Amino acid sequence: MKKNITISWILLTLLSIIFALIFIFPLYWALATSFKAETEVIDPNWSIFPKAITIASYIDVILRSQITTWYVNSIMTSFGITILVILISMPCGYALSQLNFPGRNILFFAVLASIMVPGTALVIALFVLIADMNLINTWSGIILPQILSPVCVIVYKQFFDQVPKELREASLIDGASEFQILFNIYIPLNWGITTALALVTFIAAWNNFFWPFIMTTQQDMFTVPVAITSVDDAFGIFYAREMAVAMLAAGPIALIYLIFQKKVTEAIMMTSGIKG
Amino acid sequence: MSKYKKNIVISAYILIFPFVLIYCLFLLYPTLYTLLFSFTNSPLIGWGDWVGLENYIKLWNDKFFWKSLKNTFVFVFWTVIPNTIIGLMCAMMISRIKNFLLSGALLACFFLPHILPVTVVTEIWQWMVSKQFGIIQEGLDYLGFKRIGFFSQRAWAMPMVALITIWWTVGFNILLFIAGLKNINPELYEASDIEGASALQQFKFITWPLIWPITALVLTLQLIFQLKIFDQMYLLTGGGPFNSTLVVLQLVYKQGFQLNRGGYASAIAMVLFVIIIIASVLQYQVLKSKDRD
Repeated sequence: MKKNITISWILLTLLSIIFALIFIFPLYWALATSFKAETEVIDPNWSIFPKAITIASYIDVILRSQITTWYVNSIMTSFGITILVILISMPCGYALSQLNFPGRNILFFAVLASIMVPGTALVIALFVLIADMNLINTWSGIILPQILSPVCVIVYKQFFDQVPKELREASLIDGASEFQILFNIYIPLNWGITTALALVTFIAAWNNFFWPFIMTTQQDMFTVPVAITSVDDAFGIFYAREMAVAMLAAGPIALIYLIFQKKVTEAIMMTSGIKG
Repeated sequence: MSKYKKNIVISAYILIFPFVLIYCLFLLYPTLYTLLFSFTNSPLIGWGDWVGLENYIKLWNDKFFWKSLKNTFVFVFWTVIPNTIIGLMCAMMISRIKNFLLSGALLACFFLPHILPVTVVTEIWQWMVSKQFGIIQEGLDYLGFKRIGFFSQRAWAMPMVALITIWWTVGFNILLFIAGLKNINPELYEASDIEGASALQQFKFITWPLIWPITALVLTLQLIFQLKIFDQMYLLTGGGPFNSTLVVLQLVYKQGFQLNRGGYASAIAMVLFVIIIIASVLQYQVLKSKDRD
């Protein structure tokens, strides 16, 4: 009986490992392809490991495409979105959590309701709005449709609710304003939440395809994820180069995830309970 | 009057102002605009004439609309249920491994695709199944099958995009399920071990009923997410072959941006809007019942 269990345990574990390896294989294959020479990529005698590792494709992409421009666009818009989301959501979450004001319940209901609203279904109206503001093909045009985050407001409210009331009352007696209380007590006590929310917001913004795709028409305004589809046209069927560009697009995000794995996981948990 | 303190109310309004402004500008206004636009024959930019329900009548008789609606639901079917089942399976697989390093490595394998931009996912898979040099095609050769145009053959396009979507998104579900499994009291399993329960019985009587709230959450989250399908489909098949993978959001994009029919596109968008709101209300109910438990 006991032995039976250990054999099935080993088998199951092996099976899990094999399944995980199959699962990750496309990613490995893309990475391996990006380090091969173009001639090896289309060689019928292909092999799982590159026969000769070369970074020729990466150099080619960096020198012959506008990838640095796309990187700047991606970095600027992703940072812009992240900073604005935090700056807009945090005070609102604080007000909903700690302050009593007319319309508070209506606002809270409006925040909850907006989680259900699919922004992408409003694409026509949002495009027209951004066009009216003359912001097509600008960083602002990419940023603006992505800065409303009711989920962040709710998460902030939930965490601010848990801060002991005594801290607030003590500083009120000391004559602190609401803004001082928010910045000196509530934000420092919740840095963990802010980093977690900032990380997932940044990842989502960097990865977003839909809004930059809709809001830009010029190549030099593309973000990296949008731009890499246009590299196809420029390069034809050179797969090593396409994979190199894909790896360059995924690299920063994969790095952020691997460094902040725990924080990212935590943030996903926090936001998914209510995220739509 | 005494209920509110004046300086607190003023502070509150200053604090909520940015959010309320953005909310009105980028949510309320576009929603109303889309609704009103859907009753006009407007082009993409600028207002046309008020035509009442004409767009909705046209939509009712538009076979492409019905086709896109059907395709969207077929896609939802192909993704939501397998995604949930595979997610739960992988989560159980990972959480039974006690070695921290090994379970962490396994989780990373499943979760890494989830953090990739969609275009990287589509690029990778276009290379994987490329008719000429794709490694999957080499595999088919090896097994003696004919090569398959995965995105150009009607029978394959939809299931293939669904498969790729599952590969991309299942890591998220695994994460939620692992968290759920952690909350199940291990003593329940120990007790049933002593009673001689089989693994299958343990799953049926302990794991499944106790994980159900998470399963319901994953199902509804997936439902809402996959109803908005556009990116992968547009990038991989462009709606083809012969509109067999044309989905609602892509029809909105096509009518609005490519055919310059803003009014009609808005009418289609309103239908999608309502469907997703219904799905979200469903999810809200599920979450509420979860909190009660």
